[in-house]
Amino acid sequence: MGASQSARTEHEFQDLADRTGFSLEQIGNLNKRFRQLSKNEETLSRQDLASISALDNNPLRAQIINAFFDKRNLRQNEAGTVQVIGFEEFLMVMSHFRPAAMHITEEEREKLRREKLRFLFNMHDTDSDGTITLEEYRRAVEELLSKAGTIGQETAKAIADAAMLEVASTTRGKMEPDEFYEGITFENFLQKLQNESERATNLERRETERRKRRIRPWPLAILMDS
Amino acid sequence: MSVRVALHSPRGSRSFLERGLLLLVMLIFLEGTVLTLGAASSPDISAQDNTGGGDDQRGIEGRHGHANYTKKAFPVLSLDYRHIHVPFEISLWVLLASLMKLGFHLIPRLSSIVPESCLLIVVGLLVGGLIKLAGEEVPPVLDSNLFFLCLLPPIILDAGYFLPIRPFMENIGTILMFAVVGTLWNAFFVGGLLYAVCQIEGTYLSQVELLPCLLFGSIISAVDPVAVLAVFEEIHINELLHILVFGESLLNDAVTVVLYHLFEEYSDAGEVTPMDVVLGVICFLIVSLGGIAVGTIYGILAAFTSRFTSHTRVIEPLFVFVYSYMAYLSAEMFHLSGIMALIACGAVMRPYVEANISHKSHTTVKYFLKMWSSVSETLIFIFLGVATVAGPHAWNWTFVSVTVILCLVSRVIGVVGLTFIINKFRIVKLTTKDQFIVAYGGLRGAIAFSLGYLLDKDLFPMRTMFLTAIITEIFFTVFVQGMTIKPLVDLLAVKKKQEAKRSINEEIHTQFLDHLLTGIEDICGHYGHHHWKDKLNRFNKKYIKKCLIAGERYKEPQLIAFYHKMEFKQAIELVESGGGVKLPSAMPSQVSMQNIQPKKLPPAVAERALPQFTKGREEEIRKILRSNLQKTRQRLRSYNRHTLVADPFEDGWNDFILKKQRMIELEKKMSNYLTVPAAPPDSPTMCRARLASDPNAFYNIKASSDGVPTIQVDLASPQSPDSVNMLNEFSKRGATDQGLGQREGADRDEDQGLMMKPSSAGIEEKGEEGGGNKNPGLMRCLSDPGPSNEDEEDEPFLP
Repeated sequence: MGASQSARTEHEFQDLADRTGFSLEQIGNLNKRFRQLSKNEETLSRQDLASISALDNNPLRAQIINAFFDKRNLRQNEAGTVQVIGFEEFLMVMSHFRPAAMHITEEEREKLRREKLRFLFNMHDTDSDGTITLEEYRRAVEELLSKAGTIGQETAKAIADAAMLEVASTTRGKMEPDEFYEGITFENFLQKLQNESERATNLERRETERRKRRIRPWPLAILMDS
Repeated sequence: MSVRVALHSPRGSRSFLERGLLLLVMLIFLEGTVLTLGAASSPDISAQDNTGGGDDQRGIEGRHGHANYTKKAFPVLSLDYRHIHVPFEISLWVLLASLMKLGFHLIPRLSSIVPESCLLIVVGLLVGGLIKLAGEEVPPVLDSNLFFLCLLPPIILDAGYFLPIRPFMENIGTILMFAVVGTLWNAFFVGGLLYAVCQIEGTYLSQVELLPCLLFGSIISAVDPVAVLAVFEEIHINELLHILVFGESLLNDAVTVVLYHLFEEYSDAGEVTPMDVVLGVICFLIVSLGGIAVGTIYGILAAFTSRFTSHTRVIEPLFVFVYSYMAYLSAEMFHLSGIMALIACGAVMRPYVEANISHKSHTTVKYFLKMWSSVSETLIFIFLGVATVAGPHAWNWTFVSVTVILCLVSRVIGVVGLTFIINKFRIVKLTTKDQFIVAYGGLRGAIAFSLGYLLDKDLFPMRTMFLTAIITEIFFTVFVQGMTIKPLVDLLAVKKKQEAKRSINEEIHTQFLDHLLTGIEDICGHYGHHHWKDKLNRFNKKYIKKCLIAGERYKEPQLIAFYHKMEFKQAIELVESGGGVKLPSAMPSQVSMQNIQPKKLPPAVAERALPQFTKGREEEIRKILRSNLQKTRQRLRSYNRHTLVADPFEDGWNDFILKKQRMIELEKKMSNYLTVPAAPPDSPTMCRARLASDPNAFYNIKASSDGVPTIQVDLASPQSPDSVNMLNEFSKRGATDQGLGQREGADRDEDQGLMMKPSSAGIEEKGEEGGGNKNPGLMRCLSDPGPSNEDEEDEPFLP
């Protein structure tokens, strides 16, 4: 069993590594974690993720778990959610948090960046209609403040409204009173992040990428990025 | 403090004539003062002695009973310069520094070409030259005690208090690498190679030993925060590079301190055993961590103290300064790193202190820190110039030129080599350009000079030569590198700093990402950076904030605090711009709320969204009211030495929060009322009928420009202005606007048959009047049976 099994998984892993960009060690680590979470099943369900105790205090718990079961993030061009995911899907989602490789062209980097931002956008756009509406934004901010008690809920709306006004004013400029801004589209999302606060983008990117690096224990990092 | 101004000779001022009218005027003024007083002082003292003697005599004689007592005129005017000369001369130096700073900015082209630090050194050189020309001994102005105990702390505190924590912590690894390993490398490379050069025949330097060389290397290798700040603030480099170089200059202090003491200690003994090296490493850890610990303790103390200052707001800012200075002194007492203590103290206390002290005190802290640090900085550079003229110099071409070259070479090698290692760990790699700027921005400054000045003459016979070399290196970096770095930054097109205000979206996304990444990390089962940061944050929120922040504010999450701050700032801007009529929306935008408010809603959503809509409007109106009413209140405050005149917007947060709570209560009551299905089915038509019958009523509240209701608040209203209570204010508003409110309210009361308890009737009625008065949306709420009539959705009452 041993030899053929490991040869098979190695082959599979190599295949996955090519598609997701993870290294074999990283896939090994993530596979271990996957088995641990799914209790040695082939698939992972929402309950498995919800049972992670460290997530209990995270205000975004529901959104994060949803992101794993969102079909848009699994590189299938369809909306909706799935009930269980396999290891491959797990890796697909995780690959959004991977740092860009050292030597890639500017175009590839830009593409990668768009993909990452798309992931973020999808987390906000809960009804997958391509725009983040005021309602959705409000809900997102409410989630963010959900651990803050009553003050949070009262202010969340005001904050979301202010933020939405800000986006509308930077992406549209002046608007007539009877015009209607239906929500942030992905293009707006990119534009906003690029023009209005380049610093934020850098910060976000740095932050995201830093995070991705953390997936593997750092001693491995020396070996792998060189 | 032996600061002394010597007499300026009149002939010295001629050389100043060329330096422009302003400087001349200033110097004449300065000279005049010094000259008069200085010249007057000596005869005056003798005169006073005489007088004193006379007094004694008179006393004795008076007792005896007089005889040949010649009465001397009472000295109407007497001069006693010596009495005041120390503080007077200090003030003169400060005045000179400030006027110089002022002068440079009046000459517009000058400051864009030459950095201020260079100009100040030149001024110092000139002043020193003048003193020397006058034949006086040049005072040792840049005395080490003066420098380390008085001039340096304000600059470092300013840097620590306003340290951008987030970028600093994100790059802490790189910064530490440069600060510790880089400085060590520089010290040993420069020191070692200098020793090698000194051994070459024909340099006449063979008496220089290895340990003094290493000591010299450790003094000269540290990048100086004062010089870096002075130059980098002018070139507006991007945040990453700024924090890298500046952070390095702050954190290398511990290394410098340890190396300095170590080499000073052993240059006597002449032998270093491996044990000493181990001790040195331990010492380094103690010096740096101890400094941080001392700073943290004082920071927490300061935060805790500021919890109780709400009744004596005027002395609030003082605690920030005193505790920080104590932290610095305490650290220096144990030869710990005072700089690190100050940085830690400032950074630790800031978030808590800011939450506790009033907005005004915060402004005061800000201004005082900026003022002190800029004066200190100016003085340091001027003194550097003066000290150059003053010092005994021992110029040795080989030593000086080798020092300058070695410093450059070691810096470049160090930065390139370390970046090569660091880049393997960094997500955002340091490009070649970045490396160049980091290497080129390694300016040396007054700390090196002061350390060199501290050296014992007897132990180090070559002290003067060291000092000369240090001064040359400082001048080289400040003048050559400092002046060329700006054109080079432009030439290389290094990314500049973006002067963007922190937007609410940015804040939301930063927080969102933080939580997201923590979540992903947890899912991965990997306890990394974010996991611990999250843990720390939660701990901070749960325990520390509760202890250190007064009142209820500790519960406020960061995002909300940020939002309030932003709202607050805009409100103040609004008041300052004389507004109050303009729409005080939270964002300065041309887009109003109705543009993003969903218009066509399914009934279920609309039901929920409708009160929200009115609430948004209400909020705006309340703000207008609040600002105007508080203005009237402010006028009635009497003057008191211990309190400041109240700001229209700020009586501390307690007041604000109290009001806010009242507003919320009121709001709840109102919305209770609103959600009661009180509207009779015929109410819209009735309302319209009423509108038609009395159209003027609504012109009062008509929008000034873009459909936003504004209210003419009658500031000279005869109501007693001490009504702090918002409820009262509301009721008064209602009462004042009699033309509309009363009648409408009364009508509606009859129409709708309010279901109210008698006790609360007053409040609710008033609230409702206020609402109906001010807010068309609210009015519609009251009268509309449901959200289905969309024709009236937007501006139902505007013709």
